[in-house]
Amino acid sequence: MRADIYHRGVVTMLIVLLTVPVLATLLYSFSEHWSATILPDDLSLVWYLQLWQDSAFLAAFGRSLAVCLGTLLLSTLIIVPAVFVVFYHFPALDKLMNALILIPFAVPPVVTSVGLLNIYADGPLNITGTPWILVGCYFTIALPFMYRSLANSLSSINVRELMDAAHLLGASTSIAFLLVILPNLRKGLMASLFLAFSFLLGDFVFANLLAGSNYETLQVYLYNMRQTSGHFTSAIVMSYFLFTLFLTWLTARFSK
Amino acid sequence: MKTTSIPLGSQAAVPLLPHGWRRHWPAALLLLPFFIMLTLFCLAPMGWVLLNSVQSEQGLSLANYSDILSSPFYRQAFDNSLRISVWSSIIGLVISLLGAASLRRISGRLRRLVVSITNMTSNLTGVPLAFAFIILVGTNGALTLLLRKWGLIEGLRLYSSNGLILIYTYFQIPLGVLLLYPAFDSLDDDWQAAASLLGAKLWQYWYYVGLPVLAPTIFGTFILLFANAIGAYASAYALTQGNFNLITVRIASLISGDILLEPNMAAALSVLLMLMLLLVTIVNQWLLKKGVRHAR
Repeated sequence: MRADIYHRGVVTMLIVLLTVPVLATLLYSFSEHWSATILPDDLSLVWYLQLWQDSAFLAAFGRSLAVCLGTLLLSTLIIVPAVFVVFYHFPALDKLMNALILIPFAVPPVVTSVGLLNIYADGPLNITGTPWILVGCYFTIALPFMYRSLANSLSSINVRELMDAAHLLGASTSIAFLLVILPNLRKGLMASLFLAFSFLLGDFVFANLLAGSNYETLQVYLYNMRQTSGHFTSAIVMSYFLFTLFLTWLTARFSK
Repeated sequence: MKTTSIPLGSQAAVPLLPHGWRRHWPAALLLLPFFIMLTLFCLAPMGWVLLNSVQSEQGLSLANYSDILSSPFYRQAFDNSLRISVWSSIIGLVISLLGAASLRRISGRLRRLVVSITNMTSNLTGVPLAFAFIILVGTNGALTLLLRKWGLIEGLRLYSSNGLILIYTYFQIPLGVLLLYPAFDSLDDDWQAAASLLGAKLWQYWYYVGLPVLAPTIFGTFILLFANAIGAYASAYALTQGNFNLITVRIASLISGDILLEPNMAAALSVLLMLMLLLVTIVNQWLLKKGVRHAR
């Protein structure tokens, strides 16, 4: 019984620790004024109304969505066939691939930015300050999640037998991939896409260092708004947080 | 070189379907975009950093490194980064260990709630996290005002290294819980019963049985938390507007600051940062081997 109370106590503390900053921000974003009192004076939606009518915010949000969705589309088109080819034709490559996809995961983005900023500032690929350089970096962020999740899905189905059966029934390799393998990958792919989406949306380092004010994404906009009212910034933080929450919820739904 | 060794292996495994690069070149072409993207945006920048860290005005030299190591300013950056990363990883690890251990002993509904809260809050990082903490414990933060009103505290020093440790710990906890929680499944409840039958106290069970079994996961989690903290940039930058001396802040200001751009210096700092990560991983492995031998 005493142990039970202890464990409940620890878990409650954990919940409090994790949720207090979120709840404080939420309360702050809903209050018109809040100074020198423990609880806010008056609750209102005024900051949210102001935010969602702010054209700079909407533009930054749109840019973030465009660059993230574009990256995810490109990553899907490149990674899905690559994983399948590795599994079906060159299984010995899997070890190398697993080592390669760890690099972007292990190297801090600040370090990668040093090289990127110098390689793509001039020369044949002059893409610094454009969304294209972000698409490239975001590809490497999404890569570990997508590759691992697709590889897990592929190893949970019997690729070779499924392909052999499809071949026996007269399908070509590409048709068999599209009609037999791809539907089996859908769940894992969707879950990893939502997960990668919330990661990409949270990127500040690449967005700030490589694109900056030339292509102001949501995170950079948020940073640039730091001097405005705390209520306004907390409305941005909460809008962003609720959006990623929605993405996490979708991830959980698809990975069931 | 690989072209000869790899097809042979798969041929041996599936003799009816010969798999060679020659036969499968259209399939191999599908790997090309993957390797091009990885090279352009990951391998090439890494290579640039390594090559240019040893470039200076006099050509190939280690001048950048000796400049960094002899500069008190850069040494302070390393000192700050290391201190904040180690402390936030240790505090985060202890809190998540206690949390994950208790999480297994509570009812299913509450457990699911905590796991989803952990998942949710793992998204609160970087700039939004810094802003949330400014709102809560900044100079005019809600909690600061409350504590001041009660006379408990003059003011919390959020914009100091302790403030950074606080914020870093916050983003370490969800990660720690998510990594450690599954590991507790490897502890058999019967072991604890057996230990107590043999007269072991609770701490003795944990010291001699529980923790040695969990050791590889705990060490592995520490490395991930440490790497997570030492490479972090956004929260610290947003909180202090780049005025706190950290390695990542220094690197970023050397490549995109307003004053003086020194990309070679930034490259050398980056290499040292990576070496530090490598060193911690090696020490970790060494401790782990020693620990495992000791447990046997």
